[in-house]
Parts: sequence; C-alpha cells; structure tokens
Amino acid sequence: MDRRPWPDGLAAALAWGVAMGITAVFGLVLADLLRHGLPEISLGFLLEAPREAGRAGGIGPVIVSTLLILAVCLLTSLPIALATAVLLAEFSHGRSGFARLIRASLDGLAGVPSIVFGLFGNALFSLALGLGFSILSGGLTLACMVLPILIRSAEQALREVPSDYRRAAAALGISQAASLRQVLLPCAAPGLAIGVVLGIGRALAETAALLFTSGYVDRLPGSLLDSGRALSVHIYDLAMNVPGGEARAYATAVVLVVLLLVANALTLGIAELWRLDGGTSR
Amino acid sequence: MSLPLRPQPCLEVRQLSVSYDRRCVIDAVSTVMHRSRITAIVGPSGCGKSTFLSCLNRLSDLTPGCRLSGSIRLDGDDILSARTDLIRLRRRVGAIAQRPNPFPLSIRRNITMPLEHHGLRHRDRREAVLERVLRRVGLWREVRGRLDQPALALSGGQQQRLCLARALALEPEVLLLDEPCSALDPVASGVVEDLIASLRGATTQVIVTHNLAQARRLADDLIVFWTDEGRGTIVEQGPADAVFTSPQSAITAAYLSGSRG
Amino acid sequence: MRAAEDRLLLGCLRLAGAAAGSIVLLIVAYLLAEALPALQALGPLRWIRDASWHPAGGAGAGRFNLSPMLIGTAAAATGAVLLATPLSIASALFCRFYAPRRLGGGYRRLVQLLAGLPSVVFGFWGLVVLTPLIGRWQPPGQSLLAGILILTLMILPTISLLAESALAAVPRAYGQAAAAMGLTRWATIRQVMLPAAITGLSSAILLGAARAIGETMAVLMVTGNVVRTPASLLDPVRTLTANIALELGYALELHRSALFVSGLLLMGMVALLVGISEALRPEERHG
Repeated sequence: MDRRPWPDGLAAALAWGVAMGITAVFGLVLADLLRHGLPEISLGFLLEAPREAGRAGGIGPVIVSTLLILAVCLLTSLPIALATAVLLAEFSHGRSGFARLIRASLDGLAGVPSIVFGLFGNALFSLALGLGFSILSGGLTLACMVLPILIRSAEQALREVPSDYRRAAAALGISQAASLRQVLLPCAAPGLAIGVVLGIGRALAETAALLFTSGYVDRLPGSLLDSGRALSVHIYDLAMNVPGGEARAYATAVVLVVLLLVANALTLGIAELWRLDGGTSR
Repeated sequence: MSLPLRPQPCLEVRQLSVSYDRRCVIDAVSTVMHRSRITAIVGPSGCGKSTFLSCLNRLSDLTPGCRLSGSIRLDGDDILSARTDLIRLRRRVGAIAQRPNPFPLSIRRNITMPLEHHGLRHRDRREAVLERVLRRVGLWREVRGRLDQPALALSGGQQQRLCLARALALEPEVLLLDEPCSALDPVASGVVEDLIASLRGATTQVIVTHNLAQARRLADDLIVFWTDEGRGTIVEQGPADAVFTSPQSAITAAYLSGSRG
Repeated sequence: MRAAEDRLLLGCLRLAGAAAGSIVLLIVAYLLAEALPALQALGPLRWIRDASWHPAGGAGAGRFNLSPMLIGTAAAATGAVLLATPLSIASALFCRFYAPRRLGGGYRRLVQLLAGLPSVVFGFWGLVVLTPLIGRWQPPGQSLLAGILILTLMILPTISLLAESALAAVPRAYGQAAAAMGLTRWATIRQVMLPAAITGLSSAILLGAARAIGETMAVLMVTGNVVRTPASLLDPVRTLTANIALELGYALELHRSALFVSGLLLMGMVALLVGISEALRPEERHG
C-alpha cells in the first residue's frame, strides 16, 4: 500500500475542519447577538434616553457620546497623523535618524495595551490637565491610541503614489508643499480614507481605555467637558453591573457590531474602487 | 542651420563625480553644452548618461544616497552650491522623462497648475499660455474639445507632447530630454523628434538617446559616454559631424559603427 | 536650498512627528511618575511576598501581593496561546494552500472582520453564553477556562492573519521546487513552507501573546475576578488588566499608585514580546 497520501489527506481535512470550525463559532456568536439583540432594536431604542440604569429606554445619549468621543479623537489625531506620515514618506527617505526614532516609537505605541492607555489618559488628561471624566479626556486618549494605525496606513498610501509624479513636479520647479497639495495627497486619498476607517473601527471597539477617561455617565452630554458613556462601555456596564440588563446589552452590541460592519464594508468598497481604478485615472 | 558662428557656453561641467552610497557611477567628467544648440549624449546603457542629465537640474537630489562633487555652471553660477534656489533652477532648466509622466489631473490643469504655482495669477494669461504651448506641440487641435478630461486618457505620444508643452509653458532656458522617444511607437516618436528639432535655436537642449540614428539626425554636438568598471566617463565630445565622421578614440569609432556597445 | 514654503512645511511636519513620537515616552513617564510612590514605599519584594492583595490602608496596613494576578495573566495568556497557535496556523494554511481562490479570499475577509470585533462583545458573549455552559458542568462557570477560551477567540484572527502574511512572504519558487520533486502538498508545507516561514510565524505568535496579556474586557467579563491563585482550570481568576479596570475607579493614594505599578509591569511584558516579535519579523522594504 502507498502510505504517502493519507497524511496529506488528513492535513487537508484538518485545515478545512479548522476553517469551518472558526467560521461556525463566529457565525454562532453573531447569530446569538442578532437573535437576542434585533428584537430589542427600534427607532425609539436608538433615540430615547436610558431608564432604570439602562434596563429600559434606549441608547440615544450613548450614541451621541460615542460620536462626540470619535469626533474629538479624529479631529486631534488626523492632522498629526497625516503630518507625520508625510514626514516619514516624503521627507526622510526612511533613512534619517529622526524618522527611525519616530518609527520605533510608533511601533512601541502600537503595542501598548488598551488598559494602559486608560491609566495614562486618566493620569494625564483627567487629572493632570484637569479635564476630569469627560468626552474630551476619552477622545484624546483614543487619539493617542489610533495614531500608529492612522500613520502607518497614511504612509503606506503615500508610498503607493508613483514616484514619477514627484519627479515630474520637482522637474517643473514645483515645491514639495504644492506637489503634495495638488497631486500626491489627492492621489493617495483612497488609501488615506481606508486608514481613517480602520482608525474609526479601532476607536469604536475600544472600552478599557474609556472606562476611566470618558466615564460612565449615560445622560446626554452638555459639553465636551461632560462625562459621556460610549457604546462599548454601555455594553460592559449593562452586562456586569445591571441585573436584568442583558437584553439591552445584546441590542447595544448589535448596534456596535453593525457600525463596525459598515465601517468594514466602507473600507472594502474604497479598496475595491481604487483597485478597479488602478489608483491612477482621476 | 541658423546657428551663431561662435557657440556660447551655456552649461559648463567641471570634474563632476557622482556616487550612490559611495559607489562611484560618474568619474570626474568635464564638458560644455552650448546655447541654443542640441547636445546629444550617447553611450551604452549603464554608463551614467541619465544620471549625468539628472545632475543638470539637481533632480539627482531626489535619489537617496546620491552625492555630487565638482561644479556645474549655468551662465556662470554654480548650481551645485548649497545656496542654489532649486525652484528657480528647475524653472530655468526643464526636463522631459523617458516615460511620459503627466499628473493625474486634467489636461488643462497639467499645464496651468505649474504656471499658477510660479506666480501667473491671471486666469486669462494662463489660458493664453495653455493654448500657445499646446499649439506649439501640435496637440491643440487634438485636445481643444476635451481640456478638462484626464491627461492619463491620452495616448503615450500625446502624453509625451503634453509633458513637453508643460515644460515649455515655463519658458525654460535649457531643456533636458532623457530618451524622450524610447517609450513611444515609431509614429509618435517621429512627431516628438520633429518637435525637438523645431526647438533648435530657441532653447538649449540636452538629449540622452540610445538611438544613434536619432543622435545623428538631431545633434549639433555629441558627447560619448563610456563605462569603465561601472564608472561613467566621457570618451569623446565635439561637434556631431566631426565626431561621427572622424572619431578620435578607437572605442568611439567601434561604438558609432555599431560593433561595440 | 528648499523653497521657503517647503522649509515652513518641513518645520510643521517635524513638530507633528515629534509630538506623535513622544506619546509613548509620555506614557512611560506618566506611568513611572504615578507608580513611584508605591515603588518607594513598598520596595521591590512586597509585591510577591505580602500575604494578600488588600491594597487599601497605606503601606502599613495594606497588603500588596500581585502574584495571584501575575499568575492569572500568565495562565490565561499561556493557555490561549497554546490553543490559538495550532488553530491559527491551520487557518492560515487553509487560506493560503487549501482553499479555492475565491473561498480563501472570502475567508480572509471574515478573519479580518473578526480581528476587528470589539473585545467587549466577545466578553459579553462569553458572559451570557459560555460561562453558563461551563457553569452547568462545574459551577460557577466564570473561570480561568472561560478566560482562556474567550482569549483564544480574540487572538486567533490576529495570529492567523500575521501567520498568513508570513507564509505569503515565502518565495513561490520554494513550493514549486518541492512540488517538482514530487512531494505531496502536506510534505511541501511541512518540509519547506513552514520551516521557511518560521521566524515570521514565531513573530505572529509572540504578537498574539502580547495581545492576550494586554487584553482587558474579554477576560474581565468571564473570569470571575477572584484574587486567588487558581488551582485548576475551573477556578475563577483575576488578571492584571482586569485588576486595574476593576479598582482604578475607587483607588486612592498608595492603592492607585500600586495599580500604576501593575500597569508598568504589563507594559514591560508586552513591550518585551512586541520587541522580540519585531526583531524576528523580516525587514520591511521602504520606498
């Protein structure tokens, strides 16, 4: 008997089995969320304020707080990320000591556990800078957290712009600032957009960094200095601290996952458009 | 040919050496390119012709690890000096790349954007330049109806003429052409070559070419590069007629007759 | 000489770059500053020698033994890595070698999606579905085992995606050469592809381990959080991260400082793993 084929077949069966198993488990998780969560969701749930610590009512203020935290996060991180990416991709040829230092430091930042961001944000933004538990504290903490993702993807997007354009612009005596503005950044726009969506996904998914920076308060925030509860924190609180909060936690989880799926689909859509476009014909 | 009797020097290169990451690719070359004439640079591939050309507008600065020494004088000013205003230099010394490289913008913006950047504020005057240079390169009639369409939709030959128009719009004193026809089909190549010939007398042109027949057709002066263990050097230079008919060195003679290189 | 506009721009960019680059230093500085009081008051040994973890009451009355949490973190992360490693490598092999092209692409997208699912959602699912299941067998169900299983789910997509890119970095010619010698697919994978990708795979596993150690919400919600060294897989356990999340809200003075010490510890462990992982990863080409 030829004994060679059977380990080959076994390996293939194992690989298929594991992949199917992973798909099934995650399908189970998602199906469970949808089965329990969807019936709870209505327009009222999305708009109303939570009552009885979240057991009843909706998640309107929580959604508003989440969006405000996200806005603070993006408004502060995007300019810094874009500028750093331009510095790394366009001005340093990947060689200068300064660029290498920044890269190493960003690699370090990308590895920091989210709860440590929570400690840091609590110590710096909430206490040292006196912002307290507020949307501002939470947003700024998340801004620090998403910087490495934003910078890496923006740098990648810029590097994928053909260098012909840079040489053509330089040969015409066009300053680097103008060539960035007129040619390179517009060319890199789809890649930049993908990075932003990735950053949004990471920020929406975050909980631990927000617990002690933006806090728990589930009222509609009056200003950025008010505490505001993010969707993820709401899920945590309902599940752990509110007996009978399970149903609403399911529903909130569905809302959060749908938001993330939308972000994901956007990323894929942009990438697909870009690919069809060849990244050039604009 | 309506050339001045005594050619005036425009670009004077002295003892120019170029290295990439300390590896010497051009070794102490000296030469002169004359005003309003066409200087063709020929030689086998890898001998540093294109590198040499990219030094003349300091586009070599864009290559990481590239070091220059020696001097290049444009009308007497050393352009290798650290104080050289690169924006002004590159406005005076235009360049055309081997592969057409229009910006991914509209045909119109490809020409007006650099003009705007160089301070031509009036829209009407930019439009006038646009029409003039597009006519100059023979594109006007082909594209007048679709100026706002993407330049990348043009054919290769049209793209290269657009690049030429874009360079001419800035009225450069010198035009560097790096094998401008090698990526084009024979017909488009002929059109571009005729354009280059028609600029003789108006602009100082330096053209790198692989094509000896083209060099023979175009060149007033000829510079022959050769490579010596990876180091580019100039083995022969002078008026094209003289170099073609009676080359001084054996290498040049063999190269120009097609038996080497 | 650059244009004036470019010099101005470069100045601004350098400023932004310095800001982005200094955040990690700022984090270390703040952790150190906040941890310093506890480190000074308690010295290096009380963190493992004290009788228990009862951090309220200052240096005298308080007890500051972190070792149950350290052991909890180590046990949960080790278990998750042991479980997730073979599964993720099988998943990566499926995607790269076994799946038909279209299915492989779809599967990769699914895994990418899973890598982005919030940990709080995993934790919640673990809390309401998984722990009751374990509890029916061995109450209370909130246990080290639940933590390991949820952590496995969380790091599996990460390791799988990284492992797949490590396999993708192996030159195609290796596989073709092996196939040309008549090796079966599995033999090709085992003899050629896996050995060639070993550094990339190790890097992926280390990064997964770092993620498991740093993960907070998922373990916090399913492990029961009792401060006790677990004797079995079914005992409840508290990790370092969960400890911070549970106590920072009310911790004062030395207690708060002690939590920052544990944060520093976490950061150190994760940085070590990430550092080794980065060193193993084949150099990325820039430009």
